[in-house]
Amino acid sequence: MTNALTLIALLLTAVTATAAALTRDPVRQAAVLALLGLCLALLFTVLQAPDVALSQLGVGSAITPLLILLTVRRVRRQEHSEESSDRTE
Amino acid sequence: MSYFPYLAAGWILLAGLYGLVTSRNLVQAVGCLAVAQSSTYVLLLAIGYRGNGATAPVFSDLPTDAPVVDPVVQALVLTDIVVGATVTALLLSLVIQLRKRHGTVDPEDLTGLRG
Amino acid sequence: MSRTTRLGLFLTAATILAAALITAATELPGFGGSRHPYGERAVAAGLARRTANIVTSVNFDQRAFDTLGEESILFGSVLGAGMLLRLARDERKRRAAAEPVLPTTRLFGATLLPVTLLVGGYLVAHGQLSPGGGFQGGVAVATALHLAYVAADYLVLKRVRPLAVLDVADAIAAGSYAALGLIGLAQGAGYLANTLPLGTFNQLSSSGLVAVINAAVGVEVASGVVVLLAHFLDQAVEIVPRGERQ
Repeated sequence: MTNALTLIALLLTAVTATAAALTRDPVRQAAVLALLGLCLALLFTVLQAPDVALSQLGVGSAITPLLILLTVRRVRRQEHSEESSDRTE
Repeated sequence: MSYFPYLAAGWILLAGLYGLVTSRNLVQAVGCLAVAQSSTYVLLLAIGYRGNGATAPVFSDLPTDAPVVDPVVQALVLTDIVVGATVTALLLSLVIQLRKRHGTVDPEDLTGLRG
Repeated sequence: MSRTTRLGLFLTAATILAAALITAATELPGFGGSRHPYGERAVAAGLARRTANIVTSVNFDQRAFDTLGEESILFGSVLGAGMLLRLARDERKRRAAAEPVLPTTRLFGATLLPVTLLVGGYLVAHGQLSPGGGFQGGVAVATALHLAYVAADYLVLKRVRPLAVLDVADAIAAGSYAALGLIGLAQGAGYLANTLPLGTFNQLSSSGLVAVINAAVGVEVASGVVVLLAHFLDQAVEIVPRGERQ
């Protein structure tokens, strides 16, 4: 029973990690990374590591995706402002 | 099952590295680095796991002679997750600076860095 | 380097790495085995210091010096990101506008904020007893504060987040970890040795120095993450290049 659960969690994690690495758009990648954080937290719980799961849940599914989204927003806003200044020149 | 978790960790590492090498956007590359980093967590916790009903190494509601999984690897992973997040933040702030000074987040367009 | 050359180089390296990993994996003790020499010694040492959560004991007692190093990386990263993201000469701040929020979202955020804050505080305080501790609790507290952004807007978040205080708190907590190590040295045991009274097993006051360091790390992680997110939010919401009208 535990073995089956571990196997499922491991497969889920591996598949989500592959998807996260192959996602090209950073905004979509942030969403997949949040999902990966959840899968990892699930896997760590199954592996009897609740301390690590808590840490992963906070960091992996909230802070890292949020940081990526904020960075993308900063980078994209600059692109918009440059486009508009190009037009005025 | 005996070696599968270790191989899964290796697969995650390679997937993250592949994303890193083929990345055309530095923000996405940082995300791939986070994926590669998570493979070490999977590997370490898989090594520390102990079957046959061993539980988490927390003795607040356990007899002190109960079998538990390895707490050493868990401690290693635990601190690294939080520290890793702040390092990701440092990398992302470098990306923001690059965008401001060089006007691009595509590593192949960063010609200003050559030579 | 062209893209095809780079991919070819990666595939060659990846094949070698994969072969090495597979060889290494088959040499490792099998998954779920019962031989854990380090784990057993760590458990014995943790119980001897009356710490119920052995993971916390390993982090803040048995390898406290290592954790000091990791905590310094954390502090350094927060400092470095803050330096890189500070207001540049050719940028200015604009006032973030108040944004309308759905009433249900507001209720959700306003209810969840104190609950999450409380959970975070509990996780830090009970780090030596139940799963949790300075690192996880700190992250939970920091995330909780940002529910204010979800429930209301950036202006409200800025009001519940005393950034100047947190900046100082981060530095003081990082320094106090290093300073706490001197207690052991002063009592003739060694740097970061757990020489405080150990208390009763499974009580809040148990485990001596572990509980104190745990609290310091909790404060550091919480304030560090809030400061970090504050810099990124500033960049994304408030800072614009000079001359841009908005």
